[in-house]
Amino acid sequence: MSASALPKSVDGMLELLTSRGYLAERSLATVAYLSLRMGRPLFLEGEAGVGKTEIAKVLSAALGRKLIRLQCYEGLDVASAVYEWSSAAQMIAIRLAEAAGDTDREQLSSDIFAERFLIKRPLLQALEPDVAGAPVLLIDELDRADEAFEAYLLEILSDFQVTIPEFGTIKAPQPPIVIITSNRTREIHDALKRRCLYHWVDYPEAERELAIVKSRVPDISAKLSQQVVRFVQALRDQDFYKSPGVAETIDWATALTELDARSLTPQMVGDTLGALLKYQDDIARMQGDTLQKVLKEATSD
Amino acid sequence: MTNIDHLNPPTGHMADNVVGFARALRAAGIPVGPGAVIDALNALQAIEIGHRADVYATLEAIFVKRHEHMLIFAQAFDLFFRAAEDWKHMLDSVPLPDHAKKKPPPASRRVQEALAQPSMRDEAHEVQEQELRLSVSDKEILQKKDFAQMSAAEIAEVTRAIANMKLPQAELRTRRYQPDAKGLKLDMRRTLRSSLRTGGEIIDIRKLGLIEKPAPIVALLDISGSMSEYTRLFLHFLHAITDARKRVSVFLFGTRLTNVTRALRARDPDEALASCSSSVEDWAGGTRIATSLHSFNKLWGRRVLGQGAIVLLISDGLEREADAKLAFEMDRLHRSCRRLIWLNPLLRYSAFEAKAQGIKMMLPHVDEFRPVHNLSSMEGLIAALSAPPPPHHMSRIRSAA
Repeated sequence: MSASALPKSVDGMLELLTSRGYLAERSLATVAYLSLRMGRPLFLEGEAGVGKTEIAKVLSAALGRKLIRLQCYEGLDVASAVYEWSSAAQMIAIRLAEAAGDTDREQLSSDIFAERFLIKRPLLQALEPDVAGAPVLLIDELDRADEAFEAYLLEILSDFQVTIPEFGTIKAPQPPIVIITSNRTREIHDALKRRCLYHWVDYPEAERELAIVKSRVPDISAKLSQQVVRFVQALRDQDFYKSPGVAETIDWATALTELDARSLTPQMVGDTLGALLKYQDDIARMQGDTLQKVLKEATSD
Repeated sequence: MTNIDHLNPPTGHMADNVVGFARALRAAGIPVGPGAVIDALNALQAIEIGHRADVYATLEAIFVKRHEHMLIFAQAFDLFFRAAEDWKHMLDSVPLPDHAKKKPPPASRRVQEALAQPSMRDEAHEVQEQELRLSVSDKEILQKKDFAQMSAAEIAEVTRAIANMKLPQAELRTRRYQPDAKGLKLDMRRTLRSSLRTGGEIIDIRKLGLIEKPAPIVALLDISGSMSEYTRLFLHFLHAITDARKRVSVFLFGTRLTNVTRALRARDPDEALASCSSSVEDWAGGTRIATSLHSFNKLWGRRVLGQGAIVLLISDGLEREADAKLAFEMDRLHRSCRRLIWLNPLLRYSAFEAKAQGIKMMLPHVDEFRPVHNLSSMEGLIAALSAPPPPHHMSRIRSAA
């Protein structure tokens, strides 16, 4: 992995993403470029499976930066997101000091709260200098963490520093490239959004989705890829609880290629529908007439 | 690459136009702060403004912070910048539109009424009279009186009683910890810190316990014609509980579903109710419970029902088009929450029987079925919420008339 320079224009950003197989809309490339230029976190919202997380991975690979990922969940706290003290190592240090007859309390307390006893979690790691340049920090599915954690993040994202009571303040020499994603299982507070550049990632249009399928599943035949994309696009018009995302399209195309499919047949679609739809209610709705209709639309020339 | 000068944003026509555009957005209801305007000017320096789509994406990323605002932004952008034929000069040539005609916000009804009072003396007299009327025994009557048969003064009294109601916290354990002397988990960090006072000898052990948080509450309130005598008081009730705790979401439905959670956040109950009613298009119209539940399940279910939510469904269940769809949506709602409580004002009649088709379809899918038509039944609801929740999915129907 070698570090490469930041893109100098929106077109440069588009090229950079395309070179890693991420076919982005121009608007997404624009905000990504701006977030690098302005040093602002990029806040991406959209349905699951439209490529929000992927862009962080692609950026880190294309820029040759380290990717640090913080997966959010409901019980996330400072100890697992930022830092923790290694108590076991500290205890040993205390015992050793005791055995050596060292009784200076001041000395002891500064010794055992030293950096070597600090366990760094993702957010602290992201503030550390790196030879390849500041890392890409991906804060994934922020909507899953609770509001208390969101408030904590506010401080880190505005000043890029963390204060540890026993140790002092750690400030990033160069702020990381921050990408925050949310599936909107709840609204994120405006105070946090205000510090970020906001972008809604939508399902791609048919043409772009076709290009994505072709680049991700190179073995797929031209005819099948076209039918797959048409079928998925038609499904998104249906009233489902969870419409298939791009990730599902790629999964399905891969599954069909693995099964040596040349074109879509009712049997083939019925057997593999689980790659696209993830709710039993949705699958049940797709039986019979609806399936026939969508399939007919997708396979007609 | 040119460096952005953050302290000295550009001035001139471009700045004027971005400021004007920001004001237009603000007038259209998108909250745009002065910081965002400076950001926008800096961002426009970083891109080539010859490309209309890029300028659009740039301004959108800075001014829009919510998905719902994207449509307004798109319209405002088109209107504001449509005169520019030569896009390259767009930011320099468009005249500022006139935004000076904004009406002052109408004074609240209470302020108007207060100013219209004939004299302070009369008012004092009236208040005294009202207090006399509501003696102790009257209060008991008020407890049992149907909301639909109350006079304006009685409604005012009930509103005050509702504002004082405290909903139980119905606490849920989270997976986060806090210092707790009786906790079960060892707090090594604090234990070690305190041990330093004794030269590393651990004398007292610090502990952690799980943080408890009130359960989220989601209320779905029917505002169709048949419920119209109750909706206002229920809204007061919901405003009172929204004020007291976090994580309360309120939805109104008649023929369509409206999320009024934000509107109810306003501190003043009158203001909250007014902004609530302005965001709803189908007051006192028909009911389409199945359709409304469908859009709730599809658009909001996964977003607001996480973390063990309690659902309060307030409706009389009078639905003309009751079919399998209604049962299906009720079942789905029931399966996605911790506790589904149906509050039905029709239960005030002792001879009530679940005969209507819609009610029959909905009943098997609720955990509890309760009346809400007077103060004492509202207090009963609060008592029921304080009790430990019944085992989930038992579908026990309790009718406490």
